[in-house]
Amino acid sequence: MDKKKPKKVFVQGAIPPEKIANSIANHQSKTNIGAHSIFLGQIRADEIDGKMVSAIEYSAYEDMAERVFHEIREAAFSKFDITCAHIYHSLGQVKTGELCLFVFTSSAHRKIAIEACNYFVEEIKANVPIFGKEIFEDETHQWKVNT
Amino acid sequence: MKVTLKYFGVIAESAGKSEEVLELEQGLSLRELKDQQIKTYQIQDAGSVQIAVNQNLNNEVELKEGDEVAFLPPFAGG
Repeated sequence: MDKKKPKKVFVQGAIPPEKIANSIANHQSKTNIGAHSIFLGQIRADEIDGKMVSAIEYSAYEDMAERVFHEIREAAFSKFDITCAHIYHSLGQVKTGELCLFVFTSSAHRKIAIEACNYFVEEIKANVPIFGKEIFEDETHQWKVNT
Repeated sequence: MKVTLKYFGVIAESAGKSEEVLELEQGLSLRELKDQQIKTYQIQDAGSVQIAVNQNLNNEVELKEGDEVAFLPPFAGG
Protein backbone atom coordinates (compact mmCIF):
# COMPACT_ATOMS: atom_id res chain seq x y z
CA MET A 1 0.00 0.00 0.00
CA ASP A 2 2.81 2.31 0.97
CA LYS A 3 4.40 2.20 -2.48
CA LYS A 4 1.25 3.22 -4.35
CA LYS A 5 0.75 6.48 -2.51
CA PRO A 6 2.00 9.47 -4.50
CA LYS A 7 4.57 11.16 -2.33
CA LYS A 8 5.71 14.71 -2.21
CA VAL A 9 9.49 14.64 -2.46
CA PHE A 10 10.46 18.29 -2.64
CA VAL A 11 10.80 20.43 0.46
CA GLN A 12 11.54 24.13 0.43
CA GLY A 13 15.00 24.92 1.83
CA ALA A 14 17.15 22.66 4.00
CA ILE A 15 15.83 19.39 5.43
CA PRO A 16 15.66 19.88 9.22
CA PRO A 17 17.48 17.19 11.27
CA GLU A 18 14.26 16.78 13.30
CA LYS A 19 12.63 15.32 10.18
CA ILE A 20 15.04 12.39 10.31
CA ALA A 21 14.32 11.75 14.00
CA ASN A 22 10.56 11.99 13.37
CA SER A 23 10.76 9.60 10.43
CA ILE A 24 12.54 7.03 12.59
CA ALA A 25 9.97 7.48 15.35
CA ASN A 26 7.13 7.00 12.86
CA HIS A 27 8.43 3.52 12.00
CA GLN A 28 8.61 2.14 15.53
CA SER A 29 5.09 0.74 15.22
CA LYS A 30 6.07 -1.27 12.12
CA THR A 31 7.53 -4.27 13.87
CA ASN A 32 8.11 -6.32 10.70
CA ILE A 33 11.04 -4.00 10.02
CA GLY A 34 14.45 -5.20 11.15
CA ALA A 35 16.69 -2.61 9.51
CA HIS A 36 16.63 0.95 8.28
CA SER A 37 19.17 2.51 5.99
CA ILE A 38 19.50 6.28 5.81
CA PHE A 39 21.41 8.47 3.39
CA LEU A 40 21.83 12.16 4.09
CA GLY A 41 23.28 14.54 1.54
CA GLN A 42 24.95 17.58 3.07
CA ILE A 43 26.16 20.73 1.32
CA ARG A 44 29.96 20.74 1.24
CA ALA A 45 32.00 23.94 1.38
CA ASP A 46 34.02 23.24 -1.78
CA GLU A 47 36.85 25.57 -2.67
CA ILE A 48 36.85 26.34 -6.40
CA ASP A 49 39.53 28.64 -7.85
CA GLY A 50 40.17 30.11 -4.43
CA LYS A 51 36.49 30.81 -3.69
CA MET A 52 34.42 28.98 -1.08
CA VAL A 53 30.94 27.64 -1.77
CA SER A 54 28.53 29.02 0.82
CA ALA A 55 25.25 27.50 -0.43
CA ILE A 56 23.57 25.63 -3.27
CA GLU A 57 20.35 26.88 -4.76
CA TYR A 58 18.35 23.97 -6.16
CA SER A 59 15.77 24.19 -8.90
CA ALA A 60 14.05 21.43 -10.84
CA TYR A 61 11.80 20.54 -13.72
CA GLU A 62 9.34 19.71 -11.01
CA ASP A 63 6.63 17.84 -12.91
CA MET A 64 9.16 15.58 -14.62
CA ALA A 65 11.17 15.17 -11.42
CA GLU A 66 8.13 14.00 -9.45
CA ARG A 67 7.40 11.53 -12.22
CA VAL A 68 10.96 10.21 -12.27
CA PHE A 69 10.97 9.92 -8.46
CA HIS A 70 7.83 7.83 -8.76
CA GLU A 71 9.41 5.59 -11.43
CA ILE A 72 12.50 5.09 -9.24
CA ARG A 73 10.23 4.09 -6.34
CA GLU A 74 8.33 1.61 -8.51
CA ALA A 75 11.60 0.10 -9.77
CA ALA A 76 13.05 -0.08 -6.25
CA PHE A 77 9.97 -1.85 -4.88
CA SER A 78 10.13 -4.44 -7.65
CA LYS A 79 13.90 -4.98 -7.27
CA PHE A 80 14.17 -5.06 -3.48
CA ASP A 81 12.05 -6.59 -0.75
CA ILE A 82 11.68 -3.33 1.15
CA THR A 83 8.90 -2.47 3.57
CA CYS A 84 8.87 1.22 2.80
CA ALA A 85 10.94 4.00 1.34
CA HIS A 86 10.94 7.76 1.75
CA ILE A 87 12.77 10.42 -0.23
CA TYR A 88 13.04 14.13 0.43
CA HIS A 89 15.02 16.61 -1.67
CA SER A 90 15.48 20.33 -1.17
CA LEU A 91 14.49 23.10 -3.52
CA GLY A 92 15.72 26.66 -3.10
CA GLN A 93 18.73 27.67 -1.10
CA VAL A 94 20.56 25.27 1.23
CA LYS A 95 23.62 26.51 3.11
CA THR A 96 26.85 24.57 3.62
CA GLY A 97 26.51 22.08 6.44
CA GLU A 98 22.76 21.75 5.92
CA LEU A 99 20.94 18.74 4.49
CA CYS A 100 19.60 18.60 0.91
CA LEU A 101 18.73 14.92 0.43
CA PHE A 102 17.20 12.37 2.80
CA VAL A 103 16.66 8.79 1.64
CA PHE A 104 15.18 6.33 4.14
CA THR A 105 14.63 2.65 3.29
CA SER A 106 13.38 -0.09 5.58
CA SER A 107 13.37 -3.85 5.30
CA ALA A 108 13.26 -7.00 7.39
CA HIS A 109 17.02 -7.35 6.94
CA ARG A 110 19.96 -4.94 6.70
CA LYS A 111 21.43 -5.97 3.36
CA ILE A 112 18.28 -5.19 1.41
CA ALA A 113 17.73 -1.89 3.21
CA ILE A 114 21.31 -0.78 2.45
CA GLU A 115 21.26 -1.89 -1.20
CA ALA A 116 17.92 -0.23 -1.83
CA CYS A 117 19.11 2.99 -0.21
CA ASN A 118 22.19 3.06 -2.46
CA TYR A 119 20.02 2.35 -5.48
CA PHE A 120 17.79 5.34 -4.71
CA VAL A 121 20.73 7.71 -4.24
CA GLU A 122 22.47 6.68 -7.47
CA GLU A 123 19.24 6.82 -9.50
CA ILE A 124 18.32 10.23 -8.09
CA LYS A 125 21.74 11.67 -8.91
CA ALA A 126 21.74 10.28 -12.45
CA ASN A 127 18.14 10.62 -13.60
CA VAL A 128 16.17 13.31 -11.80
CA PRO A 129 16.13 16.76 -13.48
CA ILE A 130 17.38 18.80 -10.55
CA PHE A 131 19.82 21.67 -11.05
CA GLY A 132 22.17 23.25 -8.53
CA LYS A 133 23.64 26.71 -8.49
CA GLU A 134 26.74 26.82 -6.30
CA ILE A 135 26.82 30.21 -4.62
CA PHE A 136 30.18 31.51 -3.45
CA GLU A 137 30.86 33.72 -0.44
CA ASP A 138 31.36 36.72 -2.78
CA GLU A 139 27.86 36.07 -4.23
CA THR A 140 29.14 34.95 -7.64
CA HIS A 141 28.00 31.51 -8.74
CA GLN A 142 28.60 28.53 -10.99
CA TRP A 143 26.40 25.59 -11.98
CA LYS A 144 27.00 22.24 -10.33
CA VAL A 145 27.39 19.05 -12.36
CA ASN A 146 27.07 15.59 -10.81
CA THR A 147 30.11 13.39 -11.39
CA MET B 1 2.46 24.33 -34.80
CA LYS B 2 2.78 25.84 -31.37
CA VAL B 3 5.13 24.28 -28.83
CA THR B 4 6.09 25.37 -25.34
CA LEU B 5 9.80 25.51 -24.64
CA LYS B 6 11.09 25.33 -21.07
CA TYR B 7 14.59 26.23 -19.97
CA PHE B 8 16.32 25.27 -16.75
CA GLY B 9 19.44 26.10 -14.77
CA VAL B 10 22.31 27.59 -16.74
CA ILE B 11 20.22 27.38 -19.94
CA ALA B 12 17.46 29.57 -18.45
CA GLU B 13 20.21 31.96 -17.41
CA SER B 14 21.57 32.12 -21.01
CA ALA B 15 18.08 32.50 -22.48
CA GLY B 16 17.05 35.11 -19.93
CA LYS B 17 13.73 33.30 -19.52
CA SER B 18 12.39 30.00 -18.27
CA GLU B 19 9.61 29.49 -20.77
CA GLU B 20 8.33 30.63 -24.17
CA VAL B 21 5.79 29.52 -26.74
CA LEU B 22 7.07 29.30 -30.32
CA GLU B 23 5.21 28.88 -33.58
CA LEU B 24 7.29 26.34 -35.51
CA GLU B 25 7.05 25.34 -39.12
CA GLN B 26 5.45 21.95 -39.65
CA GLY B 27 7.97 19.13 -39.92
CA LEU B 28 10.77 20.84 -37.99
CA SER B 29 12.73 18.07 -36.27
CA LEU B 30 13.66 18.04 -32.62
CA ARG B 31 17.34 18.11 -33.60
CA GLU B 32 16.76 21.23 -35.71
CA LEU B 33 14.83 22.92 -32.91
CA LYS B 34 17.61 22.10 -30.45
CA ASP B 35 20.34 23.45 -32.74
CA GLN B 36 18.29 26.57 -33.46
CA GLN B 37 17.74 27.41 -29.78
CA ILE B 38 21.35 26.65 -28.83
CA LYS B 39 22.45 29.12 -31.50
CA THR B 40 19.83 31.75 -30.63
CA TYR B 41 20.74 31.86 -26.96
CA GLN B 42 24.41 30.94 -27.36
CA ILE B 43 23.99 28.08 -24.93
CA GLN B 44 27.41 26.86 -23.83
CA ASP B 45 28.49 23.24 -23.61
CA ALA B 46 25.78 22.19 -26.07
CA GLY B 47 26.89 18.56 -25.90
CA SER B 48 25.67 18.30 -22.31
CA VAL B 49 22.16 19.58 -23.07
CA GLN B 50 19.42 16.94 -22.82
CA ILE B 51 15.98 17.44 -24.33
CA ALA B 52 12.77 16.12 -22.82
CA VAL B 53 9.60 16.08 -24.92
CA ASN B 54 6.53 15.96 -22.71
CA GLN B 55 8.81 14.98 -19.79
CA ASN B 56 10.34 12.10 -21.73
CA LEU B 57 14.05 11.90 -22.58
CA ASN B 58 13.41 9.59 -25.53
CA ASN B 59 14.00 11.96 -28.44
CA GLU B 60 12.87 9.62 -31.22
CA VAL B 61 9.64 11.55 -31.60
CA GLU B 62 8.15 13.93 -34.11
CA LEU B 63 7.18 17.32 -32.76
CA LYS B 64 3.50 18.09 -32.73
CA GLU B 65 1.14 20.89 -31.72
CA GLY B 66 1.03 21.46 -27.99
CA ASP B 67 4.26 19.62 -27.13
CA GLU B 68 6.32 20.73 -24.15
CA VAL B 69 10.01 20.69 -24.99
CA ALA B 70 12.41 21.11 -22.08
CA PHE B 71 16.09 22.05 -22.41
CA LEU B 72 17.92 20.42 -19.51
CA PRO B 73 21.49 21.11 -18.39
CA PRO B 74 23.44 18.42 -16.50
CA PHE B 75 21.59 17.07 -13.46
CA ALA B 76 22.93 18.01 -10.04
CA GLY B 77 20.56 16.46 -7.50
CA GLY B 78 21.67 14.98 -4.21
